[in-house]
Amino acid sequence: MGATREEVVKVICQDYGNDRSRLLDIARDVREQLGCVDSPAVDCIAEVLSIPRVEIESLVSFYSFLYSEPQGQVQIRICNDVPDMMKGADRIASELEEELGIQVGETTPDGKFSLEYASCIGLSDQAPSALVNDLMVPRLGAGTARRGVQILKERGELKELDKLLIRDYGDGNNAHDLVRSACSNNIRKAGEVILAEMRRGAGLEKALAMSPVEVIREIKTSRLRGRGGAGFPTGMKWEFTRAADGDRRYLVCNADEGEPGTFKDRVILTERPDLLFEGMTIGGYAIGAEDGLVYLRAEYAYLREFLEHALAKRRELGLLGENVCGKEGFHFDIRIQMGAGAYICGEETALISSCEGLRGDPKNRPPFPAQHGYLGKPTSVNNVETLCCVARILQRGSGWFSAIGSPGSTGTKLLSISGDCMRPGVYEVPFGIRLSEVFAMCDAQDPMAAQVGGPSGKMVGEADFDRTICFDDLATGGSLMVFGRDRDVLEIASQFMQFFVHESCGYCTPCRVGNVLLKERLDKILGGHGQPTDLEYLQRLGESIKMASRCGLGQTSPNPVLSTLESFRSAYEERIRDADDVEESGFDLQSALSTAQTLTGRKSVHFED
Amino acid sequence: MSDRISLTIDGRQIEAEPGQTILEAAEEAGVYIPRLCWMKGLSAFGSCRVCTVRVNGRPQSACTQPAAPGMVVENDTQELRELRRSLIDMLFIEGNHFCMFCEKSGDCELQALAYRLGITAPQYPFMFPQRELDATHPEIFVDRNRCILCGRCVRASQELDGKHVFGFVGRGAGKKVAVNAESGLGGTDAAGDDEAVAACPTGSLLKKRVGFAVPVGQRRFDHQPIGSEIEQAQSEE
Repeated sequence: MGATREEVVKVICQDYGNDRSRLLDIARDVREQLGCVDSPAVDCIAEVLSIPRVEIESLVSFYSFLYSEPQGQVQIRICNDVPDMMKGADRIASELEEELGIQVGETTPDGKFSLEYASCIGLSDQAPSALVNDLMVPRLGAGTARRGVQILKERGELKELDKLLIRDYGDGNNAHDLVRSACSNNIRKAGEVILAEMRRGAGLEKALAMSPVEVIREIKTSRLRGRGGAGFPTGMKWEFTRAADGDRRYLVCNADEGEPGTFKDRVILTERPDLLFEGMTIGGYAIGAEDGLVYLRAEYAYLREFLEHALAKRRELGLLGENVCGKEGFHFDIRIQMGAGAYICGEETALISSCEGLRGDPKNRPPFPAQHGYLGKPTSVNNVETLCCVARILQRGSGWFSAIGSPGSTGTKLLSISGDCMRPGVYEVPFGIRLSEVFAMCDAQDPMAAQVGGPSGKMVGEADFDRTICFDDLATGGSLMVFGRDRDVLEIASQFMQFFVHESCGYCTPCRVGNVLLKERLDKILGGHGQPTDLEYLQRLGESIKMASRCGLGQTSPNPVLSTLESFRSAYEERIRDADDVEESGFDLQSALSTAQTLTGRKSVHFED
Repeated sequence: MSDRISLTIDGRQIEAEPGQTILEAAEEAGVYIPRLCWMKGLSAFGSCRVCTVRVNGRPQSACTQPAAPGMVVENDTQELRELRRSLIDMLFIEGNHFCMFCEKSGDCELQALAYRLGITAPQYPFMFPQRELDATHPEIFVDRNRCILCGRCVRASQELDGKHVFGFVGRGAGKKVAVNAESGLGGTDAAGDDEAVAACPTGSLLKKRVGFAVPVGQRRFDHQPIGSEIEQAQSEE
């Protein structure tokens, strides 16, 4: 018969050199091969690696894609981000609940299917969508999800799901033999920086003809700022990393694209992987690193083989490995580190923790990653799009690059546009573009609001439609959701808050507790029990969370509430004015009694609705 | 002593040694910055956020931020007092803290901070979560109802006891302290005299059978507010 659990775990650990810092990979593989990382498996790993079992439990319980209990052979994750909910993700969920006879969050008794919700999986422009094991299933129409499950139910063998579920592959490399995905790129507007054609080596050759310091100077002259959203100058980050003491340095690419409504990195990884790898190699050369890591979000696992293939090709061509491009003494290679489902890991220090085989808790700063990053060594963490810009800047020159965009925000930006518009998808636009121009481009007719920068960004209304997309005005990592007049901004804000409650790592008090409170009070208003004092409560609580939180997640998590309070205050005030009794406390007697009613098996006679 | 750092806290000039955090430098100068997850002798953690101060206008946790020359630190301001009250309130409503029944009352840092900050009742609604008790160990019990996730037990066990008795599991609101054995604390190598047990600022980790060995009225915070010892040490000099 098959190998025992002990044997399986032993082999997996060996594959990773019994290295504790690869615990995330080990847990991922154990989950894949044994179905879950249950208590006996935890003991096995602890034994082989000689580490406390609680450290393994700690890791496994942190990530959404790791499980301590058996899951269905087919795991269906319905994306429930706001654009997906707008297109009926909840209807898909009830359809599947009915077909499978289970609720979201459960597994069928025969162990074949599990059903759950997932935070944004990166297909907001093709909503509603789902992730079935590693398979992306976009554009779920009425009945298609049910039919898909029926097909799977008829098959005894649940293998090669793609052949069963996918009829047509998407455009471009989505149809590549190693991708075979139904996703579309939806590239609506290709710019010169990221989505233009590229020749392998074009930027790298020029970089290697310069000294590393000159490369950094070139990037500084281009005034390139990080595309993840925070906009830190890339050249400066590299200078700090290069200058820091350490016998090894690392260049880490953040491909954990998790901000709801963002999917542009998925398109870059599908269509321009070489541009990214080239940017990473240039970065490695500039900071003096020999090792590059791509932290790839678990949702994009379907791209892994394709990316590995692109890396192998580059090694073959001498663009990676020893003496890159014949440059004596410059060695650089790239490894793909898979994530396991945690939005917080997009935060750079949490990402480093995750790479180190830990929970994705952010680290205390200082020390900053440039001094003390991955495995304690100087590390530069850069966004996918940023690194692509780097390759292009070296190819075409900093002067060319900085002439595009606006003075404080040079170059182009990829926007991931979703929601109420006729042409959702990826747009490469110069920085400084007005929101109204963006609406015209994506054919958004009479929009009421836009969420710029995802839940952690801002909800803006008509008064702000003339504002521009750039670091100094409306900053965005790429997410832009459009909302039409029939949408309820408070309902949207509540869904965003649910996202933050779900994704908070729980490390610090304000984020862990405050966001729950914020959502609770918002829902009270949504439920028609709002009081005038609730607005002040939301404002003060939101500001406290922002001020006291330890990392970027907490510091931006109240934004859905704070920005709607600012831009859509009347939406709150109407709700409160219409509340049945403004004097009531919001205390819900029926729900308070429900536990007791369930326990006693009786209904309270006095307080029926 | 030549490279001592000079900074100000609430307008008062103080000195720090290189490598010291704002919290440590303040403490040495007799300025108390409220804190919960920080404990002398343990690595800084920065989770409770109670020690948040403004450094040159920016909010920072004093326990993790190194002192630097010329820093202007705000500590005892109306804004920060309110922020700290808000954080302490969150910790109260997040768990089940019933001081009147708790063996730790009078010795509890959470309770003492609430008193110092003038909290009479929390401003947020109680969550009344269901949390687990663990009495499997012969000498120690774990009452997660009173846990504030400060991680002092986790760090003390590793850094002072040389063990790995505790760790965190789950995330977000579901985060909790776990022990290094499936069967509960009794299955670990924890001992009653472990520093980890003494490190708990609340009544979440307690030694059995000695809950009232020190009577109420004679406990650490019964006669003076938490932090007084730091403030007095300076004024006596």
